[in-house]
Amino acid sequence: MFARSGFVLLFEPQWGQVRNMATLKDITRRLKSIKNIQKITQSMKMVAAAKYARAERELKPARVYGTGALALYDKAEIEAAEDQAKHLIIGVSSDRGLCGGIHSNVAKNIRNQIAELTAAGKEVKIATIGEKLRSLLYRNYGSHLLLTFKEMGRKPPTFGDASIIASELLSSGFEFDKGAVVFNRFKSVISYSTEAKPVFSFDTLTNSENLSIYDDIDADVLRNYQEFSLANIIYWSLKESTTSEQSARMTAMDSASKNASEIIDKLTLTYNRTRQAVITKELIEIISGAAAL
Amino acid sequence: MKVQTSKSFIGKVPSSAGGMSFTFASPTEVYYMEANVKQVDVPTMTGNFGILPAHVPTLQVLKPGIVTVFDEEGAQSKYFVSSGSMTVNADSSVQLLAEEAAALDELDITAAKANLDKANAELSSASGEIERAEVLISIEAHEAIIKALE
Repeated sequence: MFARSGFVLLFEPQWGQVRNMATLKDITRRLKSIKNIQKITQSMKMVAAAKYARAERELKPARVYGTGALALYDKAEIEAAEDQAKHLIIGVSSDRGLCGGIHSNVAKNIRNQIAELTAAGKEVKIATIGEKLRSLLYRNYGSHLLLTFKEMGRKPPTFGDASIIASELLSSGFEFDKGAVVFNRFKSVISYSTEAKPVFSFDTLTNSENLSIYDDIDADVLRNYQEFSLANIIYWSLKESTTSEQSARMTAMDSASKNASEIIDKLTLTYNRTRQAVITKELIEIISGAAAL
Repeated sequence: MKVQTSKSFIGKVPSSAGGMSFTFASPTEVYYMEANVKQVDVPTMTGNFGILPAHVPTLQVLKPGIVTVFDEEGAQSKYFVSSGSMTVNADSSVQLLAEEAAALDELDITAAKANLDKANAELSSASGEIERAEVLISIEAHEAIIKALE
């Protein structure tokens, strides 16, 4: 008899025989739309691959810059005092989706940090870089949101962007004692890890005991230095974040196009079978009509 | 210029054998990465510093001017920096992070002179503290460029 494709039978309810074998037109329509989707995801993958190549190239000097900026804090072992009450969390993400778990990983990390900090009685504010992150957080943590930065993700980030972000944070009026930047650090094309790097305030720096080994420092120099370091760290996290995002988008679009190709293969088989079934049916009708004469 | 990667000492042990781990970068380019150089001359807000290995730790903010790097063979390389920060740590590692840096042969003296004239003209028409400060910074930077190229 007609070869029924198991693919279609999946949606047949168990009670009664319902004829919902797809007509040729349905299958044609579905096939066309999935082919389009496959083309789109394929081209998105190509675009992401090109952007990733560029982002990775620009990441190399940015990494030197970022680790250089953090070197002082590492080597002088500067740490904020435990009783600091005001925390600022800077979440780095972007406006664009279809990149796997990039935004949700950062949001998850931020949520965990907020839970810890509010349990310890600290005041926490969030600055989000990227619309996606804001939309993930505003529902439950809307009261903590201090600043959002939009229009991230379309073009590669520059040091100018980082300076704007840093100056907005510093002039926001929230005098934070300790801060953290949460971003996705790029490890390789297929992996990235979500990390939080500390950001220190001007007061922490001045009150740190290890700072006394550094000669010839006055308050002005220190303030300029601290503001510049903040911009550096943000710049570095932006660069790492875009590289991770582009590589994640590449992987996501690649698996989407593979899945689409599989569905296209299955559907093409179903289409051919259905087409043959229709032809056979017509033939039978003609023949039995002729035989009846 | 020769760029050597040498591991810098971690911790407060001062580096012996007269090496300093020198890292010089701008956001878009790395010039030296943990390289072993003899001396670096740096223009800072509190004056020009000559940094040798085992220099006392310090933090400085840069002002527009020339950075001269004397590498191990004594050859000099000059770069113009616009601004940035410099850190000398206790283990004799130096991080020089410039906001913008260019090798001297990438700068055009006629363009610098034209920009300086334009900035001087803007000074008289600048209104408000922030605008005035921006124009003054522009003047300072261009004067330093011209001085560096002459």
